[in-house]
Order: sequence, then structure tokens, then C-alpha cells
Amino acid sequence: MANIQEKIAKLYPSASVEQADTLTITVDDAQWHALAQTLRDECSMDYLVTIVGMDWKESLGCIYYLMSSKTNEIVAVKVSTTDRERPMLHSVADLWRVACLYEREVYDFYGIIFIGNPDMRRLFLNIDWKGFPLRKDYDEDPALNPVSIENERQTDLTDTWVEEADGKVVKKEVEVFSPEDFVVNIGPQHPATHGVLRFRTAVDGEEIKKIDVYMGYIHRGVEKLCESLTYPQTLHYMDRLDYFSAHNYHHGLCLLYERAAGIEISRRAQVIRVMMDELSRIASHCLFIGTYCMDLGATTMLFYTLRVREQILDIMEKTCGARMTFNYDCIGGVMQDLAPDFVKDVHALLDVLPANIKEYNKIFTGNVIARHRMEGVGVLSREDAISYAVTGPSGRASGWACDMRKLKPYSIYSELDFNEVIAEEGDSMARFKVRLLEIEESAKILAQLVDNIPEGEYCVKVPKVLKIPAGQYFEIVEGCRGAFALYLESDGTTKPYRLKIAPPCLPLAGVVDHITRGTKIADLITIGGSLDYIVPDMDR
Amino acid sequence: MEVTTKSMPYEAWKDNEYIEKLVNELKESGTNVIVGQLDKLINWGRSNSIWPLTFATSCCGIEFVSLGAARFDMARFGWEVARASPRQADFMMVAGTIVNRMVPVFRRLYDQLAEPKYVIACGSCAISGGPFRKSYHVAKGIEEIVPVDVFVPGCPPRPEAMIYGIMQLSRKIKVEKFFGGVNRQEKQQEFLDSHPVSGVND
Amino acid sequence: MQDLSAITNWIHSFLSSFMPGWLTTTVECVLIGVGLLLVYSLLALFYIYYERKFCAAIQCRIGPNRVGPLGLLQSVADMFKILIKELIELKHIDRFLFALAPYLVIIASMLTFAVLPWGNGLQVIDFNIGIFFLIAVSSIGVLGILLAGWSSNNKFTLIGALRSGAQMVSYELSIGLSVLTMVCLAGTTSVGGIIEAQSDMWFIFKGHIPALIAFVIYMIAGTAETNRGPFDLPEAESELTAGYHTEYSGIHFGFFYLAEYLNLFVISGVAALLFFGGWMPFHVPGWESFNHIMDYIPSVVWFLGKAFVLSAVIMWFKWTYPRLRIDMLLSLEWKYLLPIGLFNLALMACIIVFNLHF
Repeated sequence: MANIQEKIAKLYPSASVEQADTLTITVDDAQWHALAQTLRDECSMDYLVTIVGMDWKESLGCIYYLMSSKTNEIVAVKVSTTDRERPMLHSVADLWRVACLYEREVYDFYGIIFIGNPDMRRLFLNIDWKGFPLRKDYDEDPALNPVSIENERQTDLTDTWVEEADGKVVKKEVEVFSPEDFVVNIGPQHPATHGVLRFRTAVDGEEIKKIDVYMGYIHRGVEKLCESLTYPQTLHYMDRLDYFSAHNYHHGLCLLYERAAGIEISRRAQVIRVMMDELSRIASHCLFIGTYCMDLGATTMLFYTLRVREQILDIMEKTCGARMTFNYDCIGGVMQDLAPDFVKDVHALLDVLPANIKEYNKIFTGNVIARHRMEGVGVLSREDAISYAVTGPSGRASGWACDMRKLKPYSIYSELDFNEVIAEEGDSMARFKVRLLEIEESAKILAQLVDNIPEGEYCVKVPKVLKIPAGQYFEIVEGCRGAFALYLESDGTTKPYRLKIAPPCLPLAGVVDHITRGTKIADLITIGGSLDYIVPDMDR
Repeated sequence: MEVTTKSMPYEAWKDNEYIEKLVNELKESGTNVIVGQLDKLINWGRSNSIWPLTFATSCCGIEFVSLGAARFDMARFGWEVARASPRQADFMMVAGTIVNRMVPVFRRLYDQLAEPKYVIACGSCAISGGPFRKSYHVAKGIEEIVPVDVFVPGCPPRPEAMIYGIMQLSRKIKVEKFFGGVNRQEKQQEFLDSHPVSGVND
Repeated sequence: MQDLSAITNWIHSFLSSFMPGWLTTTVECVLIGVGLLLVYSLLALFYIYYERKFCAAIQCRIGPNRVGPLGLLQSVADMFKILIKELIELKHIDRFLFALAPYLVIIASMLTFAVLPWGNGLQVIDFNIGIFFLIAVSSIGVLGILLAGWSSNNKFTLIGALRSGAQMVSYELSIGLSVLTMVCLAGTTSVGGIIEAQSDMWFIFKGHIPALIAFVIYMIAGTAETNRGPFDLPEAESELTAGYHTEYSGIHFGFFYLAEYLNLFVISGVAALLFFGGWMPFHVPGWESFNHIMDYIPSVVWFLGKAFVLSAVIMWFKWTYPRLRIDMLLSLEWKYLLPIGLFNLALMACIIVFNLHF
């Protein structure tokens, strides 16, 4: 850290560096691109975790969270502009490929235009949407943006703002698809897009030339909703983002609030949380295997994997009282104590798991058709995985060690003995196998904990009205599909001033175009399935 | 006339008044014997063969997958023939939140369903917007967009609740008049006229 | 073994006893037509139920069990439903071809029924190029699928139809070659003649190695011909929603749906005919009393039984394997099945010439 601080101070004397929750650099927009280049190339800050759009009322801006894939350090860079009419910042889409998508998101929510971004369209909202919803002065009058049953407007053109030699910024129109392209619309209602994602796919026969991803068909404005709710009330939205990682996401947000409010939780609650996380990881990966095989045409596998998932849901239901939206982790611990049968049930699960995994391998993994369809399809290199911020099992399949349980150990993960599953191939088969192996690792964690659940209270006393001291807080945990980052800006009241949710699935959808070029339509299904994105998670 | 399905006692249903009202309407309208018998036969077929459209937007969709899996096995009722093309489906289970951007797509899917068609609003998001009701980008209930036949509350509803919901739909189909009734879809036409879509030319 | 031609002959003589010849033929044609239609629809309904139960068994489920005893009436209910579903009129389509396509598909699978050997003497028409006729009419189906995909004016259906065209034309070759191999062994293309040739032993045993290879090729190509998994690319649900019949509703979709199952029956019926003796009971040369007992089982039961078991194998494929990709599909045919089939034909010829078969 110190050496970054020194380097920045030397190269960019006008930038201010402060060590708060994270090392935060505040820099002028004019110097931002150069600083970004330095950070990426000289400080190996090659993983752009998220871009947090911010509205500080008097100014608009972004906070870039960067992480090093070598040293695991996190750096935040704050860039702002006071122009509210036509705010502009410089794009870093040329340095981190994922930034293109993140900047579109910020543009959509705050109206900040990024100079140099090749594709400045709205991401989640319709092109004719009025206003920028996450600005503090956004007019929520439904008459402005009525629920319309008329087809949305759509164009094959996109805008890009280019800075000319004399410093003038001009708008240019760029073609997304040319009139000659044969564009097939896949989604939003399509069996293989895992929800309501839409691909506009230019094909040449069966070959894919380009994919334009449309999101927002399940954009529910969770971030805005959170700003009007008290801290404990915001928790339940975590269940409904990636509904398979409900426990993990809850865990992340609780950690953030507890750290910010200075609450220490009991060891028992920590163990329970970690066990629930790992149980949901197994359930999630099981469902992944099932739906993935179904996408490839092997429907029967779904029924075999759901058998294990149902068993896990039973365990959770006994303790949490629900099958899907548990709302179990709360600030200070967990909602209820474990059900009396919990230990017995987990043992029963661990007993059947190895036989089941063996069965999956026997039916599917070794199958000659399955191998031909997955091996070498959709290869993502390590560099691209980092540049596109593809985390989770998909990133690890490309050889990038990005498991936040290892890199930024939270809760009791540092005491546990488990391996980070990493594959080198980066193809669909690797992504599939990594998940299969991760089930075994999660089972290993469960086996270590199940007989050692300490006694103690499951929830510590927390003030009825929770206030978090003003400041910025950042937390990153491992969901079932990748790194789940949360940014909280508090103004000292009972409600978050800004809660940014950086889901792992958004970059996963962003990389689809890159790795499907030149493959067949059927490979799109293979690749999309193996990335395993959850649409409500990316749309929020 | 007690309208029920196999191995479900009549008293176990929760909304018998509604069905009785439908039955009375049916009786009052008066049909001749042959058409009545034919109606019964066709309604037996229709009520026992309800094919869903594979349509899900969020969490409820996963419970719908569970409904199809071995534990809850909707195939027992003959509902497992989930069609991916709306032309071939009988009802759509609106499983999940419908947001502004999805509304035109959703309405179009509904228009593409072949008559007679039904809609089940599944989960609190589809019913009213649920936990996201206050959001700027969420439709506050799908009833404003399409006519709804059955509401299944829950967040998400358990698969058992979904089974109950589809059974209710099946019961409703049983007391419909097919000849001169459903196949004319007057009520639906009324609804569609009051919620017109312009700019759609097919 | 009871010869069912006695019954048909009796009907014929009964009718011709009081009718002129032309009227007899007409009445018989109508009778056969009605009978076939009945068998056709009943078989289709049974097959839909059969598949649903079979896949349920593979997937640890129960399958339909609420409508009628054991769920047997499930597909009947489906039929009633599908009959009264709306036929959606689309704009911007080729109406005539759109309406024609499902009938082409259904007629293609229907015509093949004419030469299937249902039982001893129970065959609509047994003429000297029976097998040839069968291959010829079954390939009309692909025309229907192509037209369906083209006339719907939809990109998904178009891709589905083109996939289907490529697939069916390719795999027709392999089917033809494996059929030819067996015809070599039989020495005749007449369906009756082929069955007669298997009266001492089924071809799958008689022709040993080449027959076995031909059987495997036939089953693979046959599965591809019926557009069933793992070769269900034209209607790959996760890729092309419903493939070539995306835009069809009501009974027109029902025709495609029925034709799929009937083609399954036809393919397994022909496999039974070529490799397992059609309606011919299981005979082992020399075991006279055993053969005699086998003859007591009616020939219709033999034929349907064989067809159902072979269909079960094809269903087993579908519910086990993932789907192939289009290039894998074509390279499987052109690089593997076709050369192997050609080689196999030569091998069979050698075996016949040198009299190496049983």
C-alpha cells in the first residue's frame, strides 16, 4: 500500500490520497486516465471491481474500485464533476474491458457521459426513458415514464463521444449492426437465456458474428429502493438478487453493516452463516449442473441434481422457514437458532453427496457428445477474464485465483481448510468441472464445521434503530457465481445515502459477445449456460 | 353441482363461493342437452390438459422448475408439456416481477397465446409489484396489462401452492361454457379493447 | 401360426359375392383407410402416453397418473384440448404453404403404414418394391418441415427448417445404405419376402457382424430421421424455442406433434422388419418344440412388441444424451456413418457371395 501511495504522490501531486476504509485517491478528471494507466500497468491494479456512480448533490462522480490480482490490495479512486447538466468524465473502457459495461450503467443511472466509451447507450432502461433515476433530484412521477404496453423503441445505432485534438468533445454515431446483418433476436422470453436476458445476434448461417446484449428486463431498481429504507429493511432485497446465493449476499451486507456500526457477532452465528453459505453454494452448483445439462439437451440430469437441491432446501426450510427467500442472516447474527435436526440432516447430505457427484460424472461428464460440445468451446484466457472481471467459478476456470474466501478472508474462512479450485483451460468444460469440484470443497468445509458448532447466542443485541457513522464502506464476499461487492456511503442517518450493489453476473453477461464470436448458435447456449449468470442479479 | 378434481374433497377448496357463482351463471344461461353434454366432454379434456408456457422472470420461476422436478412432479396432472412457443401453450404462469421494459414483451406473449388462454399471476411481484412496488421501474401488478384468472400469493409461492393454483384454474375451466362462451371470449375482447396496443401490426 | 390373411380373404370374398369388382375395391379401400386412421390416432395417443411414462421412469418421477386409470386418458384429454385450440392466422406468411406443411408431414408418416407388416397376412399392400416405397414416402416429411419453416416467416423456424433439411437429407443416405445391406441378405425388396426370409432365424443373427453394424447405423440414423434427441436440432428447445413449428398452433401443431411420435413408431417398425423379422416369431433352427410354442403368440403382438421395445431404446437415447451441434451432426454422418455403411455393404456382399451367413 505504502508504495502505491508514494508513487501516486510523486507522479500526481495534485491527487489527494487518504487511508480510510480503503485507500482512496481523489483525482481530477483531466488526470484520471493517466492515473488509471499507471495504476493498471505499474501497480498491477488489473481487476476493476466496480464503478460506483455517485450523486453528492453539489457534484456528480464515480468511485472506481480496483483490485490487484497479484497483491490483492484494493484501491478506490474518486473522480467527480460539478456540471449537472452535461456531466462528462473520461472513459477507462480501453484499459479494463468491463468498464464499458459499468460506464453504461453509470450513464443510465446518473447521466454521466464517458468520453471515449465506444458504446454510450442506456443499459437497463429504455432509450426514451426520461431522467436518471439514481440522481437525488430524480422525478419519480409515474406520468413521466408510464408503464407502456407499446413496443419499445430500438435502434441499430449507438453514440460515442470523442475528444478532438483541440479539446472539444463531439458526439458521433456508430453502427452496432449494419443493414446487411441477419440479426436473430434471442430472448427476452427464451428457454436458454436463464431469465429475461436478450441477445441480438448477428449470424452468418449458423455462425455468430456479433452479439449485442440487452438487459433491464428485470431491472427493479433495488439500489434506489434501498435509499428509502432503514438498514435492516434493505437486507431482504439480497434474497431476491441472485436467489441461489441468498445466504451469501445476506452475509455480505450484514458484514458491511456490522463493520460499519462496530458490531461484534458471536462465533456461533459466524459458523452458522458460513455453513449456510456453503450449503447454498452446493445447492446453487447443483442447479447449475442440472440446467446446464438441460440446455445442452440432457434433460434428465436436471432431475437428478434437483434431488440433492431439494434435500438442501429441506435443511434450510427447517431452520429458516422458507425454501428460497430465507431472510436469515440479520445484523448481529442470524434470525433464528438452528433447527434441532440440523446436524443430523447435514450429515445425511454429506453421506449422499459423493455418490451423487459420481453419478453426475458417469452420466454426463464423460459422455462423448458432452465432451465434444464443451471442450474448447468459449475459451476465455486469464488476461481476458481479469479484464472482463469474470470472477467466481468462471474466472477460476480460466486460471485466475479470484476466490474472495481466500483473497479477502472474511468471517471464519481463514481458519478453514479448503482448496481453491482452479483450472487452466478456460473453456466451457473447465467451467463445468470447476463447479463440480467446488461442490466437493464446500462439502469439505461443511464436514469440518458440522460437529463443531460452538454454543453461544445466535444473535447479539443490536440497537433497535441502527445508525451508521458517516463515511464510506466497502465489502467484498464470494457469492455462488463470483465476487459480490457492496459499497455503502452513509450520512449518519438510519438510511443508506447510497448502497451500491456490484453483482458478479453483470460482467458475466458482458463477456458473452467476446467469447462467442465465430462460434455456432448452439455454442452460444453452451457458453451462456457455462457462465451461469442469473439475470435478476445483473439487472438488480 | 360440486366441482372438484380427483381426490380433492369439495370442502378442501378455499373459494367455493366463487365457483358456485360461476356454476349458477352457467345454469341460468341454459343450454340444450346435446351442446351441454358436448361442453362437458370438451371441458373435461381442456381442464385436464393445461400446458404451461415456459415463462419466468425471477425467483418464482425456480420454484416452477422445482414443481416440474421429481419431488412435486406436475407431470402427474399432465402439466409437464411446457411449451417454449406461446402459440402452443394454454396458460402462462407469470412467475416473477414484470418491469416496465418487460411489459410490452409480456403483453405480446399474451397476445400470441392461442385461445382459449389463461393467466396465473404467481407470486407477490406479479400480483402487485410485491417488495418492489415502490420502484420506478416495476409494473404494479399484471392485472393492468392482461386479464388474470388465478392469483397465487407467496414470495415465492411454494410448489404446493402452485399446484393448488393450477388446480383452481382447472376447476374454473370445468365450469366454463365452451360453445358460445370461451371460444368467443367476449370479456377478453372487452379487456383488450380497453387496453389497446397501437403500433403493433400483426 | 394363425394366418390372418384368412380373415381378409374372407372379407374380400364376402364383399365380392354381392358387389361388382370395382365397388368391392372401393369399399375395401375405404374400410382400410378408416381402419388405418383409427390405428394411427390410437397409436399416436398411446405413444405420447408411453413416452411420458417412460421418461418419468428414467427421471425418477411418476408421470401422468390423475386423468383416468393410471393416467391412461391423459393423451385423450390432450387430444380434445388440441382439437379445439385456436388456429392462429398470421399475417406476412405464405398462407398456402403454411397450411399445407403439417398435412405433408402427417401424410408422409401415414403412407408408410401401407407397407408395414402388422401381422401374418395383415398388410395393406405387399408389392415387390415395398421397402423402396417406404423410403420414398418417408422422405416427403422433410419437405413438410422445410415448408413449415420457410412459410412461417420467422427466423427461428427458418434456421430450424434448414437444420432439419441438412440433417434429414444426410441421414437418409445412411438409412438407405443399411436398408440396402439387409435387402442384399434377403434378396428381395418385397416386405413379405423379407419376412419370409427370416422364418428360420432373424436377420440380426443370420447376418451377424454386418447386420449388427447395419442395425447400429440404422438406429442412429433413424433417431436423426425422426428429429428426436440427441438429434433434435430442428426443434432444439433451448436454442430455437420450438424450431420449425414455433408459429403453429392448435391442430396444425398437433399434426407435427403426432407425426413425431408416429415416425418414431415407423422407424422402430422398420427396424423390427429388417432386423427382427417383422411379425415373425423368435425361431431357433433345430428347436422345433420351442419354435412351435413361439408360434402361439399372435403375430400382431410380435410386431407391436418389437416396435415398442425398439422405440423404448430410441426414447432412452433421448432422455440420456445431450444434443449434438450441427457440425458434429454432419461430420458424424459424412465422416463416420456413411463410410462405415458403404464398407458394411461390401462386407455383406462378400458374406453372401461366400455364403458365410448362418
